[in-house]
Amino acid sequence: MLLKHEPNPQQIKTEKLYQQMGLSDEEFTMVENILGRTPNWTETGLFSVMWSEHCSYKNSKPVLKKFPTSGEKVLQGPGEGAGIVDIGDGQAVVFKIESHNHPSAIEPYQGAATGVGGIIRDIFSMGARPIALLNSLRFGELDSARVKYLFKEVVAGIAGYGNCIGIPTVGGEVQFESCYEGNPLVNAMCVGLINHEDIKKGQAHGLGNTVMYVGAKTGRDGIHGATFASEELTEQSDENRPAVQVGDPFMEKLLLEACLELIQSDALVGIQDMGAAGLASSSSEMASKAGMGIEMNLDLVPQRETGMTAYEMMLSESQERMLIVVKKGREQEIVDLFKKYDLEAVAIGKVTDDKQFRLFHQGEVVADIPVDALAEDAPVYHKPSKEPAYFAEYQAMKNEIPAVNDVKETLVQLLSQPTIASKEWIYEQYDHMVRTNTVVAPGSDAAVVRIRGTRKALAMTTDCNSRFVYLDPETGGKIAVAEAARNIICSGAEPLAITDNLNFGNPEKPEVFWQIEKSADGISEACRVLETPVIGGNVSLYNETSGTAIYPTPVIGMVGLVTDLDHITTQEFKNSGDLIYLVGETKPEFGGSELQKLLNNGRVFGKAPELDVNLEKERQEQVLAAIRAGVVQSAHDLSEGGLGVALAESLFSSKQLGAKVDISGNPVTALFSESQSRFLLSVKKEDQAKFERLVEAQLIGEVNQTGSLQVAVKGEVTLEASVEELQAAWKGAIPCLLKSRD
Amino acid sequence: MKFAVIVFPGSNCDVDMYHAIKDELGEEVEYVWHDTDSLDGYDGILLPGGFSYGDYLRTGAIARFSKVMKEVIKAAEAGKPVLGVCNGFQILLEAGLLPGAMKRNESLSFICKPVELKVANNETMFSNAYEADQTITIPVAHGEGNYYCDEETLANLKANNQIVFTYEKNPNGSLEDIAGIMNERGNVLGMMPHPERAVDVLLGSADGLKIFQSIVKTWREAHVVKA
Repeated sequence: MLLKHEPNPQQIKTEKLYQQMGLSDEEFTMVENILGRTPNWTETGLFSVMWSEHCSYKNSKPVLKKFPTSGEKVLQGPGEGAGIVDIGDGQAVVFKIESHNHPSAIEPYQGAATGVGGIIRDIFSMGARPIALLNSLRFGELDSARVKYLFKEVVAGIAGYGNCIGIPTVGGEVQFESCYEGNPLVNAMCVGLINHEDIKKGQAHGLGNTVMYVGAKTGRDGIHGATFASEELTEQSDENRPAVQVGDPFMEKLLLEACLELIQSDALVGIQDMGAAGLASSSSEMASKAGMGIEMNLDLVPQRETGMTAYEMMLSESQERMLIVVKKGREQEIVDLFKKYDLEAVAIGKVTDDKQFRLFHQGEVVADIPVDALAEDAPVYHKPSKEPAYFAEYQAMKNEIPAVNDVKETLVQLLSQPTIASKEWIYEQYDHMVRTNTVVAPGSDAAVVRIRGTRKALAMTTDCNSRFVYLDPETGGKIAVAEAARNIICSGAEPLAITDNLNFGNPEKPEVFWQIEKSADGISEACRVLETPVIGGNVSLYNETSGTAIYPTPVIGMVGLVTDLDHITTQEFKNSGDLIYLVGETKPEFGGSELQKLLNNGRVFGKAPELDVNLEKERQEQVLAAIRAGVVQSAHDLSEGGLGVALAESLFSSKQLGAKVDISGNPVTALFSESQSRFLLSVKKEDQAKFERLVEAQLIGEVNQTGSLQVAVKGEVTLEASVEELQAAWKGAIPCLLKSRD
Repeated sequence: MKFAVIVFPGSNCDVDMYHAIKDELGEEVEYVWHDTDSLDGYDGILLPGGFSYGDYLRTGAIARFSKVMKEVIKAAEAGKPVLGVCNGFQILLEAGLLPGAMKRNESLSFICKPVELKVANNETMFSNAYEADQTITIPVAHGEGNYYCDEETLANLKANNQIVFTYEKNPNGSLEDIAGIMNERGNVLGMMPHPERAVDVLLGSADGLKIFQSIVKTWREAHVVKA
């Protein structure tokens, strides 16, 4: 029996066994002081997971405090499973993003799949019906067998889970940079819909109420997953494979439908997903948030394997499980409800009023801990912060215009960069249509999902150009939010709020912590000005392999409200004869641009593009006003690859249109600079006057039927390319890279 | 006309089917849970897409044993229209109501996109609202849609005009570009593309609606004759 081999408290202390679980000497002493004794093996495990960065945010808390989290439409800010924003008519949207980076680095299919499963549970544990999934992915360059394997398996894992459970994967983004080679990023976002009266919380109220366990049985998978997520990846990380969970989307489908039926029952008091740190975190957090205590008898926990110890059951991250608290005496109703879905609901404990977290196993008390100590009182560290040497160096650089010989060839090459190229190979593997509400499928600026029975729809996107964040974290943070908002605006929606996934390196390095702080400052400022509060999110630190950190990557997930289906706008030009407008100024800004990366073997340097958030807001409001007035045929945000790429993408539809534009200034700047706060719009001729009254924009050309893109600078043609050729490069790039030999 | 949408625990296109019938077709429709023991009250039976029992084994292999399938077979034998879409098609194959089997897509990946179909037979109760050889656009979304049968079965399918829809550009490697087939009697249709996803131009296409309209038209005519 395993139980007998567990070290005793004295051994844990003298042999410093707690260190293997990620607790520091100081933290272990704190635990001893809290308990007034040395913790046993189970208790040590509980503290180690609950005090891990993943569960406690002990390193990031001081930074997270900076975010604006409230607003008149915010019904639920950070702290619960997911944030909630009012969208009128008694409805609300629930959304959150979460990372599954380390599991995906080790076991990409299951790592990605269970990342999706986890975020879905966060949404329906609030009582909401999940209506859409998005993701944000980062990989190394697609030139090694390992990266291709990770990429293919992550996509397959996301598809495998989302397709089976029947929630459409409607959007996302992917970026390829060598810094992610050993540590890919897999961030999954879920969006749900709820009526205000159905909102539920993960709180264990009511003395004597019953704690019930529902869903899949507990196995030995994922033990210490939260701890593993809070360490750097090393050569030995492969040994952590058992810390990666295995997903069962069919089980989650049953759990989802059963829980949404449960939400309607007045027997339900509280509900929370057993996610990171499984039973340990869900039970202790529910009790702590309610100001109560909790007692559980682990003999009653449904177990998949024999001989499981208390330690294993509490730390297991087996998937597809929920913890619920129901009114005393109503247990049978719950059992019957779950039975319809062939699921077990088992009473395993009760709510107490002594604020203790008490566990029984085989007739013994195996843990007795003040519950707040676990869930609330993790130490908070104010890490030292230091500006890295590279920053001053980059800031001192002048904005220089790169030398480009062949403008057309450069555009073709840019369109072939996997970060810019068509993501069809990815999204065709995702069922993006199931539930038949997807009005704008993957491929445009933001996805749009209608709300059945209303004229409303939700626009959603994930964004982060980490090259800009690396060059200048504060500006890069602002840009990430601004770009997300621009995408939302382009689809005809008003931005509502964001969820963020802060993916960074090891916070114990002062230079990394500086990146975290600065990008949080940038995000906060942009969110304040654009009025998109942060309603929740996730922090993923220690994204390093063998000591090298990823680019700082604070991914922004944003949701916007389309107030009338008629406002929905996409990026493709619609009709020959329409006028093409450029909104915003173009400056010679190439730091971190796709062109700079292309011309410098993947290296980026210099200043990130400037961003004036107030100006950004002004332009966004103008563009949205014009869209709502019905005078915008297409709208596209200018991002990677600048105007050249945006023009080409606007022509990639089945309509075989062409465009002729005439621009001024340096052609390289005009076509490939990545200056911010710019939009590419097309407008019917008859709407010209009305449009120009609403938007300050520069008329640069016209849509035609030539099937080719012609760009002239001050009347002189500098680029002429058939749309077919451009589209072939853009569409073929990712499949081609995946097929090529290493 | 009253339709039943059969709901297995892992069905996930049941809602889409329901709304296509109710909102776009304007006919009566009810969800019917898989443990039901009678389909007597329904005039048409719809088996929606999804992952009926997780489909970790062969798709549809477990669903065929569920209680409702006895009733579906009864309804088919009684001549009621039975339409299986995607996972519904896979279940009809496993249940023996249609001949042949499904293999994994040739690409070995799930594939979701709108595809062009040819109406190979427009003289059926599922396709009589289309023109002969009409090209229509309906999305596919499946991992195992690579239809296969032996030569004799294929010869029979052809001889009896049981191939109702074919792909213009084969997305999954299916034999003879087969997208949808019916039984010999002509009242059971299985198809991989999702007509219930193509009933509203807002979502890209309304070409699928005519399948449901064909069913209703045929049923009404039969109903009127009997009356």
